[in-house]
Amino acid sequence: MSVAAALSPERVWERLAEIPDPEIPVISLVDLGVVRDVAVEGERVRVDFTPTFLGCPALEVMQTLMADAVRELGGEPEVVVRTDDPWTTDRITPAGRAKLREAGFAPPGPRPAIGQVQLVDIQRGPFRCPYCDSTDTRLDNIFGPTPCRSIRYCESCRQPFEQFKTV
Amino acid sequence: MSSPAPPAVDHLLRLADDELILGWRDSEWTGIAPFLEEDVAFSSIAQTEIGHARAFYELAARELGGTADELAFDRRPEEYRSSPLVELRLVHDWGRTIARHVLYELADAIRIAEVKGSPDPDVAGLGEKIEREEAYHRMHAQMWADRLAESEEGRKRLVAGLEELWPYALGLLEGEARERLTADVAERLPFFTPPEVEPVERGEHVDEWAALWEEMTMVRRSAPGGQW
Repeated sequence: MSVAAALSPERVWERLAEIPDPEIPVISLVDLGVVRDVAVEGERVRVDFTPTFLGCPALEVMQTLMADAVRELGGEPEVVVRTDDPWTTDRITPAGRAKLREAGFAPPGPRPAIGQVQLVDIQRGPFRCPYCDSTDTRLDNIFGPTPCRSIRYCESCRQPFEQFKTV
Repeated sequence: MSSPAPPAVDHLLRLADDELILGWRDSEWTGIAPFLEEDVAFSSIAQTEIGHARAFYELAARELGGTADELAFDRRPEEYRSSPLVELRLVHDWGRTIARHVLYELADAIRIAEVKGSPDPDVAGLGEKIEREEAYHRMHAQMWADRLAESEEGRKRLVAGLEELWPYALGLLEGEARERLTADVAERLPFFTPPEVEPVERGEHVDEWAALWEEMTMVRRSAPGGQW
């Protein structure tokens, strides 16, 4: 089998799905929803990538990891950063959400119909504690250790937890 | 960068310079904010603002050539297109810091809504993305403005900051956007009546900008072309 024959888009997708997110390694880049498209032309592999949070220092690491993975498959990578159709947390797959929750990391809520999250949403919304499943939780800090996270506190099991922001 | 950039690129540079310098100023609270949550909040906001600056610089670099880093750090201080509002050094004064935070976020919301309407899909897409992230900054700013306004001492300090910084906030925007800001401020900050004043226009730099530029560009100037 020639290299070109081995390089199908499906094979590239499979390989990208093995790459863990650099900051939240329980979830893969494909589950995170940052890979928008894969196009294969002979040995050349173009991966369209949509950044998560613009201040996230993991963005460059993600691009390097994807390019390395394509090279491992024998392809010549081109990672294209797309800004015309921005990433939203709604792109995290159901499997990705389940993995986040299992890791003690509350997945993002759905985006509101109006498009922008309001303070009242994150103060009063029914956010579920990833440890004990209680929705008796409160917002502790809009901001957390990375741009994608807020800090909440569970009144039921008295445990602080990290909540993925909805964007 | 000696000849003036075309209007669309100049607009990107104004946005980028504002976000970069405000991010830098916000980061001055890291380690010395009134309590730990605000250390985290201002550090995170700073990181996001600088991320937005980088995205705007990258779009500008597409037109001007070079890289985002070159635009961010290799220009002379007088070449920056930043608004005086973001250049002011406000650390140690929480009331003025929150006043700038809330005025900047309200003005920035108007400006980013315009960016979203750009005919260039990359610029419009970036505007949409930034708007969603800035929503969290705006919530934080409003929450703090409301909290300070609850007590007599807090309101006094916040309003003093708003009065001092209002002409600077107007200078962040142009044309009709200034009227919108006046209306938005009156609605969101009912304890403050925006006075009719001459805006502090973009183009002049405040005295403390020179020292910030020295600090911001120091590493880059000490090792030109360095990679790490």
